[in-house]
Amino acid sequence: MGRTLAEKVWDDHVVRRAEGEPDLLFIDLHLLHEVTSPQAFDGLRLAGRKVRRTDLTIATEDHNTPTLDIDKPIADPVSRVQLETLRRNAAEFGVRIHSLGDVEQGVVHVVGPQLGLTQPGTTVVCGDSHTSTHGAFGALAFGIGTSQVEHVLATQTLPLAPFKTMAITVEGELPEGVTAKDLILAIIAKIGTGGGQGYVLEYRGSAIRSLSMEARMTICNMSIEAGARAGMIAPDDTTFDYLKGRPHAPEGEDWDAAVAYWRTLATDEDAVFDAEVFIDANSLTPFVTWGTNPGQGAPLGANVPNPEDFEDPQERTAAENALKYMGLEAGTPLREVSVDAVFVGSCTNGRIEDLRAAADILDGRQIADGVRMLVVPGSVRVALQAVEEGLDKVFTAAGAEWRHAGCSMCLGMNPDQLAPGERCASTSNRNFEGRQGKGGRTHLVSPQVAAATAVLGHLASPADLSDRVAVEA
Amino acid sequence: MEKFTTHTGRAVPLRRSNVDTDQIIPAHWLKKVTRSGFEDGLFEAWRKDEDFVLNRPERQGASVLVAGPEFGTGSSREHAVWALQNYGFEAVISSRFADIFRGNSLKNGLLTVVLPQETVERLWELVEADPTAEITVDLEAREVRAEGVTASFELDDNVRWRLLNGLDDISITLQNEADIAAFEATRPSYKPRTLPVA
Ligand code: SF4
Repeated sequence: MGRTLAEKVWDDHVVRRAEGEPDLLFIDLHLLHEVTSPQAFDGLRLAGRKVRRTDLTIATEDHNTPTLDIDKPIADPVSRVQLETLRRNAAEFGVRIHSLGDVEQGVVHVVGPQLGLTQPGTTVVCGDSHTSTHGAFGALAFGIGTSQVEHVLATQTLPLAPFKTMAITVEGELPEGVTAKDLILAIIAKIGTGGGQGYVLEYRGSAIRSLSMEARMTICNMSIEAGARAGMIAPDDTTFDYLKGRPHAPEGEDWDAAVAYWRTLATDEDAVFDAEVFIDANSLTPFVTWGTNPGQGAPLGANVPNPEDFEDPQERTAAENALKYMGLEAGTPLREVSVDAVFVGSCTNGRIEDLRAAADILDGRQIADGVRMLVVPGSVRVALQAVEEGLDKVFTAAGAEWRHAGCSMCLGMNPDQLAPGERCASTSNRNFEGRQGKGGRTHLVSPQVAAATAVLGHLASPADLSDRVAVEA
Repeated sequence: MEKFTTHTGRAVPLRRSNVDTDQIIPAHWLKKVTRSGFEDGLFEAWRKDEDFVLNRPERQGASVLVAGPEFGTGSSREHAVWALQNYGFEAVISSRFADIFRGNSLKNGLLTVVLPQETVERLWELVEADPTAEITVDLEAREVRAEGVTASFELDDNVRWRLLNGLDDISITLQNEADIAAFEATRPSYKPRTLPVA
């Protein structure tokens, strides 16, 4: 019987298989950041162990890094200690690191792909749940806990329990103004935040194949929000074109051998998935979340739902609590929900295409009075590219703040936070209570919706702007 | 991880039930970046009271904690285990542990022993009457012994083998080092490496 993409990558990494034991899998790429690695390094130190493969390990600083005044000492002592500890550990154990101020610094899931380190058919881990991002290349990529980080550092392997496979087939064409972010929010709303539990999701179908690599990363990034172990997309010419010429992509004969191998990875026609979901791309519209988990979303044209309309009692209670926290009335059109802040950035939507999309809408326009907008590139490279294209000028001219690269307002670990009760349209991936700052309220949106929302001051799509005359710059 | 075969030491009687991990090690200690140095955070709130059992002079140097039922409930923080170990505890006895705490403790080499509540009561009475009384936790014989008490306990064979041999997850994997090396030798040259490109 044929095998799926995920099964092929898994099989190619089995170091040891024994009856009644989990498979021991080899890890091709181990990404580190400052939050989940300190105790792992300390564990190595206590046991007198080394990092087995420093040549398959790389660290960046992202979660705690400030996005302003990056040349000054970091004010928050906890953040400072975490960053200093990572630097010390990297030096002591010989791990490559990209610190604040370095041209390759940025959010770990933006940096890996842009360096060409994330490649098809590899296994990628990081002590971070959004490691699923790398699955966009046809890599088997998943987040791990701190003791597993230590295990990978010491052995370059992980004992892993088997997974199930789920095909998410998206056929058709995404309508104008509908993005990968809208698609993944719609998928999560359909299967639920636990719908992917125990599965590796494979996104397939014509709509997926026509997406750029950056859009594919947005989709795979949020697989974890459906509870999945990982998300994957079969590598194809789009993948190879993206990789070719990147600093760590193979060259010459190695490139040819790699591409030949990569072409064998796609799911066989006679392979069977454990579960299947079908989505019609043509029917999708911009999607936003109204609640406090990524599954609580609806088309932008809909109203805030009424908890009583949920049949499942648990969902009903969850919706009641969410509306209370979000300060929303059932029945309010989502388009009438006004915001205090807009955040464009994160490992979900902090890449150059995302910034271009937002800038395209803001060009010649002004953000609404009383709205604060932060644009935070996912990496220094993204920032440099944006500056070269003049996007930073577009943002600042529109009244937005252009910041330094990092996780920023995706989670309140650095100074970029919402105040209690503040409402934000955010291109990030989690709308949990307090995620963007204590008491902050998050609506997950695409970069396009974020930009249109900033201009109008309420949740909106670019189409809502068409009747407005662009202000001459 | 240290081997655990048998341990004999004085005990601390902790007559409280439902001791959760936040009481074992409060959340603000989680900001630390090491696995050691948590001893001062152990039961931090209770230790502000000088009569708290851990503060009593006669309990200094004790290494066996005899706790009440439902020990280690709440958040799954591994720091709770580290705090107990950093303080000097080698074993914890209770009639019931929270599952995650128990899993974490056995992974880290802290032996958690389940005994019937009446046996726990007898151990409490014994060590309260005589603070110098010693308790032996014998993993080989799967037995707890103290004056007037001999009680056997259950422990999964695999877990016991790991503790007896001092094997943590990493050491177990490293027993297959030859397999890892063999796998590495066959990896194609086109696979990515993080070393800075020249
Ligand atoms: S951008 Fe957000 S989701 Fe991504 S790694 Fe940073 S904190 Fe996590």
